[in-house]
Amino acid sequence: MKNYDVIVIGGGPAGLAAAIAAYENGAKDILIIERNHEAGGILNQCIHNGFGLHYFKEELTGPEYAGRFIDMLRENTKAEVMTNTMVLEIGPDKTVYAVNSENGYMQLRAKAIVLAMGCRERTRGAIAIPGDRPAGIFTAGTAQLYVNIHGYMVGRRVLILGSGDIGLIMARRMTLEGAKVLGCVELMPYSNGLNRNIVQCLNDYDIPLYLSHTITDIQGDKRVEKVTVSKVDENRKPIKGTEIVFDCDTILLSVGLIPENELSRSAGLTIDKRTNGLVVFENMETSAPGIFACGNVVHVHDLVDFVTAESLKAGKSAALYAKQEKEVPSDIIEVANGPGVTYTVPQRLRTERVEKFAELFFRVNNVYKGVNIVISSGGETLAAFKREHLAPGEMEKIVFPKQLFDKVKDKTVTVSVVKE
Amino acid sequence: MMWLAVRQALGAWLFSRHNNGKAQRISLSTSRKEMIQRMYDVAIVGGGICGCSLLYELSKYNLKAVLIEKENDVAIGTTKANSAIVHAGYDPENGTAMAKYNVEGNRMIKQLCEQLDVPYKQIGSLVVALSEDQLETLKVLKQRGDKNGVPDLKLLNHEETLVLEPNLNPEVKGALLAPTAGIISPWELAIALAETAVKNGAEVLLRSEVAEIQKENGVFHVSTGDKTIQSRFVVNAAGVLADKVSSLAEKVSSFTISPSKGEYYLLDKNQGNIVSHVIFQCPTELGKGVLVSPTVHGNLIVGPNAEKGEAGHTGTTADGLDYVRKLSVLSVPGISFRDSIRNFAGLRANSNQDDFIVGESKIQKGFFQIAGIKSPGLTAAPAIAADMVRMLEDAGLELNPKDYFVNTRKVYRFKHMDAAEREQIIVQNPLYGRIVCRCETVTEGEIVDALHRPLPPVSVDGVKRRCGCGMGRCQGGFCGPRVQEIIARELGLPMEQIPLDRDGMNIITGTTKQ
Repeated sequence: MKNYDVIVIGGGPAGLAAAIAAYENGAKDILIIERNHEAGGILNQCIHNGFGLHYFKEELTGPEYAGRFIDMLRENTKAEVMTNTMVLEIGPDKTVYAVNSENGYMQLRAKAIVLAMGCRERTRGAIAIPGDRPAGIFTAGTAQLYVNIHGYMVGRRVLILGSGDIGLIMARRMTLEGAKVLGCVELMPYSNGLNRNIVQCLNDYDIPLYLSHTITDIQGDKRVEKVTVSKVDENRKPIKGTEIVFDCDTILLSVGLIPENELSRSAGLTIDKRTNGLVVFENMETSAPGIFACGNVVHVHDLVDFVTAESLKAGKSAALYAKQEKEVPSDIIEVANGPGVTYTVPQRLRTERVEKFAELFFRVNNVYKGVNIVISSGGETLAAFKREHLAPGEMEKIVFPKQLFDKVKDKTVTVSVVKE
Repeated sequence: MMWLAVRQALGAWLFSRHNNGKAQRISLSTSRKEMIQRMYDVAIVGGGICGCSLLYELSKYNLKAVLIEKENDVAIGTTKANSAIVHAGYDPENGTAMAKYNVEGNRMIKQLCEQLDVPYKQIGSLVVALSEDQLETLKVLKQRGDKNGVPDLKLLNHEETLVLEPNLNPEVKGALLAPTAGIISPWELAIALAETAVKNGAEVLLRSEVAEIQKENGVFHVSTGDKTIQSRFVVNAAGVLADKVSSLAEKVSSFTISPSKGEYYLLDKNQGNIVSHVIFQCPTELGKGVLVSPTVHGNLIVGPNAEKGEAGHTGTTADGLDYVRKLSVLSVPGISFRDSIRNFAGLRANSNQDDFIVGESKIQKGFFQIAGIKSPGLTAAPAIAADMVRMLEDAGLELNPKDYFVNTRKVYRFKHMDAAEREQIIVQNPLYGRIVCRCETVTEGEIVDALHRPLPPVSVDGVKRRCGCGMGRCQGGFCGPRVQEIIARELGLPMEQIPLDRDGMNIITGTTKQ
């Protein structure tokens, strides 16, 4: 059995940053296990620009952003990358069972593990769209793989369900490749994508956005032929008589991403039902000591730059754990979500481990204008942050100063949206 | 020594094939031209579970049998879209063919699955009573089952039921336990039967829709548009189209098929343990109720409703899925439909007769029916096939058993191997170290193997039915394109020609930058 200081599972942006940070913080034997044939993760198929504005202060494409981290890893660290390799199980004592063609079935052991498996797309089956089941229905990411990596067209007349960022990006991509994109249909009364993508991917190409609409029927024997779209009421139920029928051969689904935590579940780690991601502490440690997590496996991010920041933290924490420094006993504060907030990450803060402040990431459940984000405990407001505009599609961050920890009652703080 | 030599030869062949990685076409033993001129003893129309079971039974004898299927694969109709239950046999009325074949089939299917390496689990079933009245129905079912010869049926009270199934509605009054009921992969059984039949010399003619059946000088001429097959006997196992096929031979079909459609939810494996038996509801005036059951692949299946159907139409509806959801939670309240991974609908070949139609046509001698095979058709299929062989013998078919008949089959499933087996198989064939389907842990080795067995798949779903890739929670989002590439490579076809399922179900429409 081969031993490592840190094993990173997943070689996408999260895994790459975690490995670099682990090396910079003193871990020596580091292994990244990547199931694809190359590192970089989903960024490799995101050939559009808009990446890196926060981290590199310049605009890069997905492959460029990934490429910079792959270069940093190669040039600045001695981390090993094992591609075409799938982790099948995480056993007790941080044993990692993995398989590939060259090395066969492997048992590896690590002092610390970083989980960076990313997420997967919700499918038609997950949202139970009724109708026929012909060819021509793709998740947006799968279509993106066909078009951008393999060079195949997935259709000519396209309807997009869901206004998540990948769906919007694919609306533009398909248009540029000569397909006709008939519209983007969104169940909610607002888009879940970044505003800049609405402007640059739909508005610039005159692609209509149908808010408060959904697909209520799909017809087609072999390929998609017709798609029925209906308006929905405030309970998101289709309204009879509002049907619009589109003649199209393709449906792209951009209806949400789900953190891919089957490995984490099998390892017995605690999952947060709100994020479908792992429950983490302030240093990105999961419910199992020495197993850390970062990126979309924890919660789905809008921007890769934020994934990087979070993963650098996870990688550093893993390296420190691997050094087996003595742990300081600590109280734990639970972070709960109050009205208007759908989730918070991290979910737990160990007061003694927080240096000056804890960063809290969260999402809201609706579009808000001119509100306060309030951290409260025992009915008392500890801190308030003014926000001009909040939307579910945009992840938010607040900073919770350590000096306020003394005021926390019942070891719980709540983050809420409070109207002025 | 002999065996070793064969193994070495096989190993060398496998190695060369995998090693050069180049596209190679599979040449089926019989070319099309040859087929046209050949005379068969039995021609079976329809490659569902009934047709495949019969082909397998016939392949035990020295005779020429051919199965004619209109699609590009077997098991592509009702066989792939049903509850996947091996019924115990208390449902059919006493004295019916349904009752007889059900109970016999239940016994046979267990052994077949063992021999042919088909996923099957005898988990038992419970019919649950949710009211005092329904306890009476359970007694009726028990009596009927006892008379049908169903072994070990047992009535359970409230407490006994909840001990077996703690997640049932706590108001449950009691249940009928049938230990011989089971769950199965129906399409894998049909494929295994057809594959093994082909290994034993039977033939399968795909992409051949029967257009005409003529009888001349005591010989049937079965035309499929571009070719004609001659056969002494024809067996109609055409499922929801059986009345159409029958009318070709009988002129006016002696029965009609009015399919009903049933819709289902398939849920993630995290729901697969919510119950450990097949949970049926009591039939009421409102309908037969919906079942909740683990699947043999570890998921949870919930359904069906029963609406009027139409051949070729297997779309789901919002109302139908609603009905399934609402009814199922009456027996198992905790099902999380958030964990749905797929919906589908399947057709049932209901005829205008109460019982299965199994036997020789009264209008056309030598033309046999296996028609109106609704539930429990899957369970009954092996027994029907065995009986059909006897009927054909009675009609003059000579049955000389083959000296050498292959009655076993082995499928390598990486997921189910232990560490030592995994290590060994990757050394033998490195493709088993490459996971293609991450949700279901299916390796490239398994896919390549499926593509080179008798009756190889030609579509992404054809591979899925054989290997399980794409059946998981991401529904082929990640592995679909990769599987398509592997098929294209192994069959030597361009990517554009690899359909999702049936011919014409094109995944890609061309290349970019055109």
